[in-house]
Formats: sequence, C-alpha cells, structure tokens
Amino acid sequence: MNTPHASAAGAALVEVRGLRTVLNGKTIFDDLELDIPRGKITAIMGPSGTGKTTLLRHVTGQLAPDAGTIRVDGRDVPRLTRSELFDLREKIGFLFQNSALLTDFSVFENVAFPLRQHLRLPEELVRNIVLTKLQAVGLRGAAGLMPSELSGGMARRVALARAIVRDPMLILYDEPFVGLDPIALNQVLKLIRTLNDTLGITSILVAHEFAAVARAADLVYLIAGGKVVARGTPDELTRADSPWTRQFFGGEADGPVPFQYPARDYALDLGFPATAGGAA
Amino acid sequence: MSAERRPSMLGDALAQVGACGLFLLQVLAAVPKSLRHFRETVRQVWFVGAMSLVIIMTCGLFVGMVLGLQLYYVLSIFGGTAALGTVVSLSLYRELGPVVTALLFAGRAGTSITAEIGLMRATDQLAAMEMMAVDPLAYVAAPRFIAGIVAMPLLACVFNALGIFGAHLVGVSWLGLDNGTFWSNMTSSVDVWKDVVNGVWKSVAFGAVVSLIAVFQGYTTPPTSEGVAYATTRTVVFSSIVVLALDFVMTAFLM
Repeated sequence: MNTPHASAAGAALVEVRGLRTVLNGKTIFDDLELDIPRGKITAIMGPSGTGKTTLLRHVTGQLAPDAGTIRVDGRDVPRLTRSELFDLREKIGFLFQNSALLTDFSVFENVAFPLRQHLRLPEELVRNIVLTKLQAVGLRGAAGLMPSELSGGMARRVALARAIVRDPMLILYDEPFVGLDPIALNQVLKLIRTLNDTLGITSILVAHEFAAVARAADLVYLIAGGKVVARGTPDELTRADSPWTRQFFGGEADGPVPFQYPARDYALDLGFPATAGGAA
Repeated sequence: MSAERRPSMLGDALAQVGACGLFLLQVLAAVPKSLRHFRETVRQVWFVGAMSLVIIMTCGLFVGMVLGLQLYYVLSIFGGTAALGTVVSLSLYRELGPVVTALLFAGRAGTSITAEIGLMRATDQLAAMEMMAVDPLAYVAAPRFIAGIVAMPLLACVFNALGIFGAHLVGVSWLGLDNGTFWSNMTSSVDVWKDVVNGVWKSVAFGAVVSLIAVFQGYTTPPTSEGVAYATTRTVVFSSIVVLALDFVMTAFLM
C-alpha cells in the first residue's frame, strides 16, 4: 500500500485518475486513482456493491464517468468516438459475470463469433483457432452443444474461450470463479496465469475469492467507499495491519465495512421502544 | 411522495415518440453497416416472414370466406351478387389485406422480435456484442427492421390471394355464383396501380412501423422479466394503434 503510484505509471496499461461516478444518486467512486501495470494480473477486490463491475464498465467505455480520466493504452476512453472505442475493444477481452453467450449459436459459433465478425479467415483456420481455445478451457468436446445445454461453470469457460479467441492485449474478468467446481477453478486459474505468462496479456481480475486471487494475482487493489483503501501483492496485504485488510482478508466480522445496510433503529422497526444503541 | 413530480401520461407518451424517432435515425444509420451481416438479414426475413405464413394464410382464407358470405348477403338485397369478386378484391387490396396482415404481423412477429431482443438485453448479450466491437444496432436491430419491411408486403399479398380464394370458395363453389362472372368482373374493375400497388405501399409502411416499434421496445426494455413482459404487450398495443391511425392518413392521401 505504501508503494507510490509513480513506480508503476510508466508501465501502466490502464490509468485511472480522479474518477468520480454517481449512479442513481449514490456516489460509487470518489476521486479513485489506480494503475494497472502492463503484463501483470491485477485483482480488484472489495465489498459487494463497491463498484468493481462499474470500474470494468468504465475501462471498456460502456459507462461514462462523471469526472476524471481513464486511459487505456494511452487513449482517454470517455473521449473516444464510437468507432475509436470499437477499435480499442477489438484488443480487449471481457468475461461477463453471467457469461453472456449468444443463445442462438452453438458453443463453436459463440467462440468463432469475434473472428467471423472482424476477420476474413479461411474456415479451416477459424476451426483450428476455435478448437485450440476450446481445448484450453477443456471444452473441445462440447463444441457442438448449445448454450442452453451447458452448466453455469461450462458456460463461463466457453465465455472465457471467446474472450481470448483474438489474443487481446487486455482481458477483464468479472467474477470468473463463481459457480466453478474446484477442478474447473484450478484449470481457469492456471489458464489465466498461463495466458499472462506466455502471451504477456494484461489481466484485470474482479473476484471475491482471496485464496484463488492470491494464487494468480501479482497486485491487488482493495476498493471500499469509492476509494482505494489498500494496494499491494497478496502477501503484503495478508500481512498488512490496516482495519480494511484485517476485515477483508482476515475475515473479521466487524470493521470499517458494515455488514448491515443502513437502516433505522432495529427495535423501532420491530415495534418496540427505541433503544440507546441505535441501528447497530 | 407528494413532493415528487410525476410525469404526466401525455409527457411520457411524447417522450416515447421522441425516443423512438431518435432510435429510427440510429437504426437507419446502422443499415449500411448491417449489409455486412446480409445472411443475418436473410435469416430474419425467413424468421419473421416465412414463419408467419401459417397464421397469415389461415386468417386470409377465413377473412375471405366471411367477406364472401357477408357481401353475398348484402349484394343479393340489391340483386348485385355478380359484383362479389370485385367488392371482395377491392376491400382486400385497398384495406383489409395490409391492415389485418399488419395486426397479425404485430402479434406474431412483432412480439417475438421484442421478446428476443429484450431477453438479449436482460442476459447481457447486447453488451457482450458491444464488448466484441460488434454494433448491436447493425447486427441485431437493423436486420430485423429491414426484414419487417421486406416481409410485410409479401405477407399481405399472400393474405390477399388466400382471401380471394376463400371468397371464391364461398361465392362460386358453395353459393353457386358463376365462375366466369366472378373473375371477369374482378379483373375489369380492379386497377393495378390505384388498388393493388397502393395497398402494397401501405403494407411497406406498416411493416416499417411495426418492426420499428418491436425493435425499439425490445432494445429499450428494462432488463427484468417484468420489463420484457410489458415491452411485448406495448409492441402489440402501440403497433395496432399506429397502424390503424396511419392507415387513415395514408388512405386519405392515396385516394
């Protein structure tokens, strides 16, 4: 957490400065600053509802911030035109929380979709690329299935194959481990690591499973209350002595992140006279 | 609650019309790009056109048979049953063909377009396309819009043909009208340009309106099951109203 931003700035693929986002009257980010170093796996962690998915949507230009800059590979995302944004997105892979496979197409066609839309490749080459990617996620045999025939974990692996089919420079994983059994989780973890090690793909990983994140991530940002509250390698964070890391990585029930959604006095809600303790 | 200003129904409706107009411009701008997905457009023509054939043919046949019966009764009062073919074909070409086909089309194809796009929105498929740098307006919206414009006039022609066949079945085969009179009176009094082609123009316009409403409702639906349900209902309600209103305007101009 004590590492200055400047050390990573030169190598940063994604730079977020002074990000401010208000959604439905709720402040999601307030002057958020972070750097995603090139060629590394960076995990974004934080309590539910803290805006991790929103951050990914900012990075890909799906959502414009209220203030601040988001630079991806030197380009200021909120200021790009639609066609410039599409050019940038061709180099970004995105793994959706709910897989978002195209339900009309088979597994094979889903993975082939980005290739067919943007490149004019011979059918044989498309087939080889798609089968290679499906083999990497262990689903080459499922190429002929429809998305409705897949379990949640399988659908996620197909979505992962689709996200990497064009060997992007940046991959964003939104909760990639949810719903995976331990075998698939290990495979996906290994895959994320391998993609990073062999192809040098920069990865942003939004996840809650610290044990899994600790095995894959080079750098972890902990976001809470619209700001970065801790930053460091997984090892540094487990050893760090801040109330945020103690609660989030140490599993303490009480801490700076309240478990209860803000509410009025509990006793009052149940119809008893108010207590001095209030909502807590 | 009372402090909140609730938008009026009229304001809401006007805002919807405005949003739909802007959406039309976006879809039209995406049409050239959608030509790259020509196969998708062809698939949609098959989906909204060929798949609607059964309902259009069945309804066309029955509408023609009812017309044959009713008009035979009315014409027999004046001793003019020989004009049955003429009256049936004129009412089908000029009015009933385009309008009833458009209403059936809204119920059969419009709802499925809205529900399909609404579910694609709810399951992030449209967002996934955006993320793969594929414009959903060009890949999803424009092909369905074009398919509606192509399919509607063809369906209306099939409806007309089956309607006349139905009237012939009732008038000639059942009630004993002379076959030659039925056809010759029809061919001598129906004008290709004034009657048939004007009807085709109407169905082109209705096809554009119904598919625009269906695509717009699906594209802008809130991503919930309730949202998709409401959007599907709105497609049928709005399409029916707009088709009938537009029919009046077009009839006044094309007379």
